[in-house]
Amino acid sequence: MFKHIGATVVVLCLASSVALSQGAKLSDPQIAHIAYTAGEIDIKAAKQALDKSSNKEVKEFAQGMVRDHEAVNKQALALVKKLHVTPEDNDTSRALSKQASEKLNELGKLKGADFDKAYIANEVAYHKTVNGALETQLIPSASNPELKELLQTGLKLFQGHEQHAEHVAADLK
Amino acid sequence: MLSGRLALLSFVMLAAVSVPAHAATIRITIDKLTFSPASVSAEVGDTVEWVNKDALAHTATARNGDFDVTLPPSKTVSSVLRKAGTVDYYCRYHPNMRATLTIAP
Ligand SMILES: [Cu+2]
Repeated sequence: MFKHIGATVVVLCLASSVALSQGAKLSDPQIAHIAYTAGEIDIKAAKQALDKSSNKEVKEFAQGMVRDHEAVNKQALALVKKLHVTPEDNDTSRALSKQASEKLNELGKLKGADFDKAYIANEVAYHKTVNGALETQLIPSASNPELKELLQTGLKLFQGHEQHAEHVAADLK
Repeated sequence: MLSGRLALLSFVMLAAVSVPAHAATIRITIDKLTFSPASVSAEVGDTVEWVNKDALAHTATARNGDFDVTLPPSKTVSSVLRKAGTVDYYCRYHPNMRATLTIAP
Protein backbone atom coordinates (compact mmCIF):
# COMPACT_ATOMS: atom_id res chain seq x y z
CA MET A 1 0.00 0.00 0.00
CA PHE A 2 2.84 2.32 0.85
CA LYS A 3 4.39 1.75 -2.54
CA HIS A 4 1.03 2.22 -4.24
CA ILE A 5 0.31 5.50 -2.55
CA GLY A 6 3.93 6.54 -3.02
CA ALA A 7 3.28 6.14 -6.72
CA THR A 8 0.11 8.19 -6.39
CA VAL A 9 2.00 11.00 -4.70
CA VAL A 10 4.51 10.97 -7.52
CA VAL A 11 1.70 11.08 -10.06
CA LEU A 12 0.08 13.85 -8.07
CA CYS A 13 3.35 15.80 -8.07
CA LEU A 14 3.63 15.39 -11.82
CA ALA A 15 0.00 16.30 -12.33
CA SER A 16 0.26 19.36 -10.15
CA SER A 17 3.45 20.53 -11.81
CA VAL A 18 1.63 20.30 -15.10
CA ALA A 19 -1.29 22.13 -13.57
CA LEU A 20 1.03 24.72 -12.02
CA SER A 21 2.52 25.48 -15.39
CA GLN A 22 -1.00 26.35 -16.48
CA GLY A 23 -1.39 28.68 -13.50
CA ALA A 24 -3.50 26.28 -11.41
CA LYS A 25 -2.86 24.18 -8.32
CA LEU A 26 -4.69 21.83 -5.98
CA SER A 27 -7.77 23.83 -4.96
CA ASP A 28 -9.12 24.19 -1.42
CA PRO A 29 -12.26 22.15 -2.25
CA GLN A 30 -10.02 19.37 -3.55
CA ILE A 31 -7.67 19.56 -0.56
CA ALA A 32 -10.62 19.42 1.84
CA HIS A 33 -11.91 16.34 0.02
CA ILE A 34 -8.55 14.57 0.17
CA ALA A 35 -8.07 15.31 3.89
CA TYR A 36 -11.60 14.16 4.73
CA THR A 37 -11.18 11.00 2.65
CA ALA A 38 -7.88 10.21 4.36
CA GLY A 39 -9.66 10.33 7.74
CA GLU A 40 -12.59 8.21 6.53
CA ILE A 41 -10.20 5.56 5.24
CA ASP A 42 -8.52 5.25 8.61
CA ILE A 43 -11.89 5.03 10.40
CA LYS A 44 -12.96 2.17 8.13
CA ALA A 45 -9.68 0.34 8.71
CA ALA A 46 -10.09 0.81 12.48
CA LYS A 47 -13.65 -0.52 12.42
CA GLN A 48 -12.43 -3.62 10.62
CA ALA A 49 -9.77 -4.05 13.32
CA LEU A 50 -12.36 -3.65 16.11
CA ASP A 51 -14.36 -6.38 14.39
CA LYS A 52 -11.54 -8.81 13.83
CA SER A 53 -8.90 -8.31 16.51
CA SER A 54 -8.94 -9.66 20.04
CA ASN A 55 -5.66 -8.00 21.04
CA LYS A 56 -6.27 -5.38 23.75
CA GLU A 57 -3.56 -2.99 22.58
CA VAL A 58 -4.62 -3.22 18.94
CA LYS A 59 -8.26 -2.62 19.86
CA GLU A 60 -7.35 0.40 21.98
CA PHE A 61 -5.30 1.79 19.13
CA ALA A 62 -8.19 1.28 16.70
CA GLN A 63 -10.62 2.96 19.13
CA GLY A 64 -8.26 5.94 19.25
CA MET A 65 -8.21 6.16 15.46
CA VAL A 66 -12.02 6.18 15.26
CA ARG A 67 -12.28 8.76 18.05
CA ASP A 68 -9.62 11.13 16.68
CA HIS A 69 -10.48 10.97 13.01
CA GLU A 70 -14.20 11.36 13.69
CA ALA A 71 -13.42 14.44 15.80
CA VAL A 72 -11.16 15.98 13.16
CA ASN A 73 -13.52 15.23 10.28
CA LYS A 74 -16.31 16.85 12.26
CA GLN A 75 -14.17 19.97 12.59
CA ALA A 76 -13.32 19.79 8.89
CA LEU A 77 -17.00 19.62 7.93
CA ALA A 78 -17.80 22.55 10.20
CA LEU A 79 -14.99 24.55 8.61
CA VAL A 80 -15.95 23.88 4.98
CA LYS A 81 -19.53 24.79 5.84
CA LYS A 82 -18.39 28.04 7.42
CA LEU A 83 -16.16 28.83 4.45
CA HIS A 84 -18.90 27.85 1.95
CA VAL A 85 -16.52 25.37 0.38
CA THR A 86 -17.95 22.22 -1.20
CA PRO A 87 -15.37 19.39 -1.02
CA GLU A 88 -14.64 18.29 -4.56
CA ASP A 89 -13.85 14.71 -5.52
CA ASN A 90 -10.62 14.33 -7.45
CA ASP A 91 -8.13 11.80 -8.75
CA THR A 92 -6.10 11.69 -5.53
CA SER A 93 -9.17 11.02 -3.37
CA ARG A 94 -10.31 8.35 -5.80
CA ALA A 95 -6.89 6.67 -5.85
CA LEU A 96 -6.70 6.72 -2.03
CA SER A 97 -10.16 5.16 -1.73
CA LYS A 98 -9.45 2.49 -4.33
CA GLN A 99 -6.23 1.40 -2.65
CA ALA A 100 -7.86 1.48 0.77
CA SER A 101 -10.66 -0.84 -0.30
CA GLU A 102 -8.11 -3.23 -1.79
CA LYS A 103 -6.25 -3.19 1.53
CA LEU A 104 -9.49 -3.86 3.44
CA ASN A 105 -10.06 -6.95 1.27
CA GLU A 106 -6.51 -8.13 1.76
CA LEU A 107 -6.62 -7.69 5.54
CA GLY A 108 -10.08 -9.24 5.64
CA LYS A 109 -8.57 -12.58 4.70
CA LEU A 110 -6.16 -12.61 7.65
CA LYS A 111 -6.84 -13.79 11.21
CA GLY A 112 -5.48 -13.43 14.73
CA ALA A 113 -1.89 -12.27 15.18
CA ASP A 114 -1.37 -12.18 11.40
CA PHE A 115 -4.19 -9.70 11.06
CA ASP A 116 -2.96 -7.61 14.01
CA LYS A 117 0.55 -7.29 12.58
CA ALA A 118 -0.63 -6.52 9.07
CA TYR A 119 -3.15 -3.94 10.30
CA ILE A 120 -0.62 -2.11 12.46
CA ALA A 121 2.11 -2.27 9.78
CA ASN A 122 -0.34 -0.73 7.34
CA GLU A 123 -1.28 1.96 9.87
CA VAL A 124 2.41 2.96 10.17
CA ALA A 125 2.79 3.05 6.37
CA TYR A 126 -0.53 4.80 5.77
CA HIS A 127 0.11 7.57 8.28
CA LYS A 128 3.62 8.08 6.85
CA THR A 129 2.19 8.47 3.37
CA VAL A 130 -0.53 10.88 4.46
CA ASN A 131 2.02 12.91 6.44
CA GLY A 132 4.18 13.17 3.34
CA ALA A 133 1.23 14.34 1.25
CA LEU A 134 0.19 16.87 3.93
CA GLU A 135 3.71 18.30 4.21
CA THR A 136 4.66 18.46 0.56
CA GLN A 137 1.30 18.93 -1.17
CA LEU A 138 -1.78 19.76 0.83
CA ILE A 139 -0.47 22.31 3.34
CA PRO A 140 1.64 24.28 0.81
CA SER A 141 -1.28 24.32 -1.67
CA ALA A 142 -3.99 25.42 0.77
CA SER A 143 -5.02 29.06 0.25
CA ASN A 144 -7.43 29.61 3.11
CA PRO A 145 -5.51 30.24 6.37
CA GLU A 146 -8.07 28.39 8.51
CA LEU A 147 -7.92 25.36 6.24
CA LYS A 148 -4.11 25.51 6.33
CA GLU A 149 -4.20 25.64 10.13
CA LEU A 150 -6.54 22.65 10.36
CA LEU A 151 -4.23 20.72 8.04
CA GLN A 152 -1.24 21.63 10.21
CA THR A 153 -3.03 20.31 13.30
CA GLY A 154 -3.96 17.27 11.22
CA LEU A 155 -0.30 16.74 10.41
CA LYS A 156 0.67 16.81 14.09
CA LEU A 157 -2.17 14.37 14.84
CA PHE A 158 -1.16 11.98 12.05
CA GLN A 159 2.47 12.15 13.20
CA GLY A 160 1.28 11.23 16.69
CA HIS A 161 -0.71 8.31 15.33
CA GLU A 162 2.31 7.14 13.35
CA GLN A 163 4.44 7.08 16.52
CA HIS A 164 1.65 5.37 18.44
CA ALA A 165 1.37 2.72 15.71
CA GLU A 166 5.14 2.22 15.81
CA HIS A 167 4.94 1.56 19.59
CA VAL A 168 2.17 -0.98 19.07
CA ALA A 169 4.12 -2.64 16.24
CA ALA A 170 7.16 -2.98 18.51
CA ASP A 171 4.98 -4.55 21.25
CA LEU A 172 3.52 -7.06 18.79
CA LYS A 173 6.97 -8.45 17.93
CA MET B 1 -10.18 16.16 78.79
CA LEU B 2 -7.07 18.34 78.82
CA SER B 3 -4.96 15.61 77.30
CA GLY B 4 -7.68 15.20 74.67
CA ARG B 5 -7.44 18.88 73.78
CA LEU B 6 -3.65 18.69 73.70
CA ALA B 7 -3.85 15.71 71.37
CA LEU B 8 -6.28 17.59 69.13
CA LEU B 9 -4.05 20.67 69.17
CA SER B 10 -0.96 18.69 68.27
CA PHE B 11 -2.93 16.94 65.51
CA VAL B 12 -3.96 20.30 64.07
CA MET B 13 -0.36 21.53 64.25
CA LEU B 14 0.90 18.38 62.53
CA ALA B 15 -1.65 18.81 59.80
CA ALA B 16 -0.55 22.42 59.40
CA VAL B 17 3.05 21.33 59.03
CA SER B 18 2.43 18.56 56.52
CA VAL B 19 0.27 20.65 54.14
CA PRO B 20 2.39 23.31 52.44
CA ALA B 21 0.81 26.65 53.27
CA HIS B 22 1.46 27.95 49.77
CA ALA B 23 0.11 25.06 47.67
CA ALA B 24 -0.37 26.66 44.28
CA THR B 25 -2.49 25.89 41.25
CA ILE B 26 -0.61 25.62 37.99
CA ARG B 27 -2.36 25.72 34.67
CA ILE B 28 -1.11 23.63 31.75
CA THR B 29 -3.01 24.08 28.51
CA ILE B 30 -3.28 21.58 25.68
CA ASP B 31 -4.02 23.24 22.36
CA LYS B 32 -3.48 21.75 18.90
CA LEU B 33 -1.62 18.77 20.39
CA THR B 34 0.84 20.94 22.31
CA PHE B 35 1.36 21.15 26.08
CA SER B 36 2.07 24.70 27.14
CA PRO B 37 4.12 25.85 28.82
CA ALA B 38 6.34 22.96 27.73
CA SER B 39 8.39 23.23 30.89
CA VAL B 40 6.89 24.02 34.30
CA SER B 41 8.29 24.25 37.84
CA ALA B 42 6.09 23.25 40.76
CA GLU B 43 6.21 21.90 44.31
CA VAL B 44 4.84 18.76 45.92
CA GLY B 45 1.26 19.52 46.98
CA ASP B 46 0.59 21.88 44.10
CA THR B 47 -2.42 21.26 41.90
CA VAL B 48 -2.11 21.07 38.14
CA GLU B 49 -5.13 22.25 36.20
CA TRP B 50 -4.97 20.54 32.81
CA VAL B 51 -7.01 22.59 30.33
CA ASN B 52 -7.67 20.54 27.20
CA LYS B 53 -8.79 22.90 24.44
CA ASP B 54 -8.68 20.23 21.74
CA ALA B 55 -11.69 18.28 20.50
CA LEU B 56 -9.39 15.26 20.98
CA ALA B 57 -8.79 13.10 24.05
CA HIS B 58 -5.23 13.20 25.40
CA THR B 59 -3.32 11.91 28.41
CA ALA B 60 -0.55 13.36 30.56
CA THR B 61 1.53 10.30 31.32
CA ALA B 62 4.77 10.41 33.31
CA ARG B 63 7.56 8.38 31.77
CA ASN B 64 8.63 7.24 35.24
CA GLY B 65 5.08 6.17 36.14
CA ASP B 66 4.47 8.89 38.74
CA PHE B 67 1.19 9.99 37.17
CA ASP B 68 -1.18 9.16 34.33
CA VAL B 69 -4.00 11.65 33.87
CA THR B 70 -6.71 11.20 31.22
CA LEU B 71 -7.74 14.46 29.57
CA PRO B 72 -11.16 14.24 27.85
CA PRO B 73 -11.89 16.54 24.87
CA SER B 74 -12.64 20.19 25.74
CA LYS B 75 -12.48 19.51 29.50
CA THR B 76 -10.40 20.71 32.45
CA VAL B 77 -9.02 18.11 34.86
CA SER B 78 -7.13 18.75 38.11
CA SER B 79 -4.49 16.57 39.70
CA VAL B 80 -2.28 17.04 42.77
CA LEU B 81 1.48 16.51 42.50
CA ARG B 82 2.51 13.88 45.07
CA LYS B 83 6.17 13.20 44.33
CA ALA B 84 9.23 15.35 43.76
CA GLY B 85 11.43 15.01 40.70
CA THR B 86 12.01 16.09 37.15
CA VAL B 87 9.34 14.28 35.23
CA ASP B 88 9.14 13.96 31.46
CA TYR B 89 5.58 13.28 30.46
CA TYR B 90 3.81 12.59 27.15
CA CYS B 91 0.45 11.69 25.66
CA ARG B 92 -0.11 7.94 25.24
CA TYR B 93 -2.42 8.52 22.26
CA HIS B 94 -0.03 10.94 20.52
CA PRO B 95 3.49 10.19 21.76
CA ASN B 96 4.83 13.21 19.84
CA MET B 97 3.23 15.41 22.54
CA ARG B 98 5.95 15.84 25.17
CA ALA B 99 6.68 18.20 28.05
CA THR B 100 8.43 18.42 31.43
CA LEU B 101 7.37 19.11 35.01
CA THR B 102 10.03 19.93 37.59
CA ILE B 103 8.58 19.21 41.03
CA ALA B 104 10.50 20.48 44.06
CA PRO B 105 10.03 18.66 47.41
CU1 LIG C 1 -2.74 13.40 22.71
